[in-house]
Amino acid sequence: MSRDSGAEVVLRLDRITKRFGALTANDAVSLTLRRGEVVALLGENGAGKTTLMNILFGHYVADAGSVEVFGRPLPPGNPRAALAAGVGMVHQHFTLAGNLTVLENIRLGTEGLWSRSYAGAREKVARLSRDFGLSVDPDARVGRLSVGERQRVEILKALYRDARVLILDEPTAVLTPQEAEALFATLRKATARGLSVIFISHKLHEVMGVADRCVVLRHGRVVGEVDTHATDKAALAALMVGGELSLPRAEARTPGPVLMRLDQVSTPDRGAAPGLKAVSLELRAGQITGLAGVSGNGQAALAEIVGGLALPAAGQLWLHGQEPETWTPREALARGVARIPEDRHHQGSIADFDLTENAVLEGYRTRFSRRGWMDWRAARAFAEGIIKGYDVRCPGPETRIRLLSGGNMQKLILGRALAPGPDIILANQPVRGLDVGAIAYVQAQLIAARDRGAAVLLISEDLDEIMSLSDVVHVMSQGRLSPAFARGTMTAAELGLWMAGQKFGEAHAA
Amino acid sequence: MSEIVDILISASFWAAVIRIASPLILATMGELICERAGVLNLGIEGIMVIGAFTGWMAVYQGMPLWGGVAVAMAAGMLFGLLHSVLTVPFGLSQHVVGLGVTLLATASASFAYRLMLPQVTSPPKITPFQPLYIPGLSDLPWLGAALSQTALTWAAFAVAGLVAFTLYRTPLGLALRAVGENPAAVEAQGLSVTGLRMGAVIVGSGLMAVGGAFLTLSAFSSFFFEMVNGRGWICIALVVFGAWKPGKAVLGAILFAAFDALQIRLQQTALGAVLPYQLFLALPFLLSILALILMSRRAEVPAALMVPYNKGER
Repeated sequence: MSRDSGAEVVLRLDRITKRFGALTANDAVSLTLRRGEVVALLGENGAGKTTLMNILFGHYVADAGSVEVFGRPLPPGNPRAALAAGVGMVHQHFTLAGNLTVLENIRLGTEGLWSRSYAGAREKVARLSRDFGLSVDPDARVGRLSVGERQRVEILKALYRDARVLILDEPTAVLTPQEAEALFATLRKATARGLSVIFISHKLHEVMGVADRCVVLRHGRVVGEVDTHATDKAALAALMVGGELSLPRAEARTPGPVLMRLDQVSTPDRGAAPGLKAVSLELRAGQITGLAGVSGNGQAALAEIVGGLALPAAGQLWLHGQEPETWTPREALARGVARIPEDRHHQGSIADFDLTENAVLEGYRTRFSRRGWMDWRAARAFAEGIIKGYDVRCPGPETRIRLLSGGNMQKLILGRALAPGPDIILANQPVRGLDVGAIAYVQAQLIAARDRGAAVLLISEDLDEIMSLSDVVHVMSQGRLSPAFARGTMTAAELGLWMAGQKFGEAHAA
Repeated sequence: MSEIVDILISASFWAAVIRIASPLILATMGELICERAGVLNLGIEGIMVIGAFTGWMAVYQGMPLWGGVAVAMAAGMLFGLLHSVLTVPFGLSQHVVGLGVTLLATASASFAYRLMLPQVTSPPKITPFQPLYIPGLSDLPWLGAALSQTALTWAAFAVAGLVAFTLYRTPLGLALRAVGENPAAVEAQGLSVTGLRMGAVIVGSGLMAVGGAFLTLSAFSSFFFEMVNGRGWICIALVVFGAWKPGKAVLGAILFAAFDALQIRLQQTALGAVLPYQLFLALPFLLSILALILMSRRAEVPAALMVPYNKGER
């Protein structure tokens, strides 16, 4: 990848400003992209990366500023014009119709609505798949494809329209390390053919590996623009968060007794989501057990068992050395299991309830009621305690939770879970979608809970998070659980092979 | 038992089945288009009433029969426009808007009827469509009698074919199927979600109204207030029954029509003397519910059905 500053400028964003109400998502952001280069757009969640790209692609209209593609101004708010100008976008949330085939998704919108369909489409897709290393069956229904395959379809869609500028929004968030490598190989092929790429990410090592240049956004402003070969991860991280910030790292500790044990637990498959396949797992006091894996590989089924939402179809669940007679969410709560659900919006909170009501959702029948009447005074005091103790930034306990940012919502849920001093903590994707500051806070709380003797089950897709926090690591793939690996015994690449399911076959064969 | 067999093999029974199925097919195709685009159109019942009324009134005022069909279609499209403006760009609840359109359309029909015919006690008759004579086909034994149908019936089946062809063989159909599944996919490919959805609801509503007009212009020769009588709701069920596929939906319409035609004939048999007639009237609905339960288990609902799309929303 050459860094020829004399190369043709293919894209120029000039002083783009976009406001959502009181929030300025982009503040006079300028950016240029040259032929054949990869520019990484780096920043925390909420820094304005996706907003900027949505303006470029015409999903949003900027309040000020202009976009030029190949020297021509791009009309605002018009995805069709962006496509015609050669801009292709691979959205973070794929824009594919699951009921259509791969080929149909690619063809969509490329032909006049009243014309006959174009016969050469299949050949063109086959040629592009070959040239760019994007293998996918053109007649497969998109709804049945894996996440990695869907991403390939998204890229093919852009290439099919002869995109010259490819925007990838957090493309590796859903991929295994191996899939990510394949994606980078595709990107290298693309730039070798003169395409230009904007790569949105907050993962520093990827940015260092794939980008020629880095534009760092913070609070909607460009705070730095550097050549990747002239910088390092620490400098980029400092730019991103505006100062040195170290993520917490749990130090090793001697674990205590086993608090919960799953013995050969299986659950039925649920549609495309695999159930558990003879999973055995021990959660020990004073230990963080990390569960790595691409989501949708049985983590949800496991979380349901631990949290009391489901019973094993086969195998046993042991709690403090006994098999519980009944196992329901209420029973789990009563026995000291705390839950930080995967989806804070749908499972963790009720959007139109205020903070007090949300804070007592798990205890309104026990701790916050007297003789069948709600004890609102105690509830409010509890909510205020969480707000203060867990640094929930909000106008007050009567605020509806819908109005909080993701990080603050998560802190309230964290406080709700940890306040009763649980023995077992189920933390399912606890920092997903949070900014770096909130991530550090949530992770530090989990470590503190471990240090006072709780058993923590940390489910995460982020290998970095798993590896820095966990005392032991398991990997899930297709409902199967890997053996436990002690801290520091596995590299990310090795865990990646387990995530892809390859190592399970070897272990089985051996 | 032999009586039932006699009914089932008679040409007149099958002629009735096809006749009863025709308005259902037209309106079901209309609803199917709407739902494939992601909009549930509960205005269907009222739009059928409006179609029945305006088509009939236009012919009564001296227009040709096909003119009546066109007027009905235009009236339906007008209500479709109202429905789609409220549900698509404004993103209002499709249930509330749909029921509102049904109430408004039904009430408008009776209001206009009273306004235009203040003194009339029994509704005036028009000369409806007559069965089409098709050289060769109509002279065949049995089949000729079973297929002795009006031009509007033939049109209904042609419409079903056209909808299926458009949906599966044209880029427009591709876009329509995509917009009901994931509107973001359509927008990202540079097409207008609003345009597609509004277009589908307007055209679909036009077809519903033609389905209603079939009742006054082809099946009967006059307009009664209760004549649509829940057929619109049946069509919504037929779309589910057909798993949002035109071919299966047509089969469903024919099945329902067969139950309906059968129950009328069963009332006249020895059975009819024993059992209360209400039971026979309920039969097609009961059997439809049963068939619906059996058939719709694995149906793939358009994923974005009833989900409004707001461009630029986070």
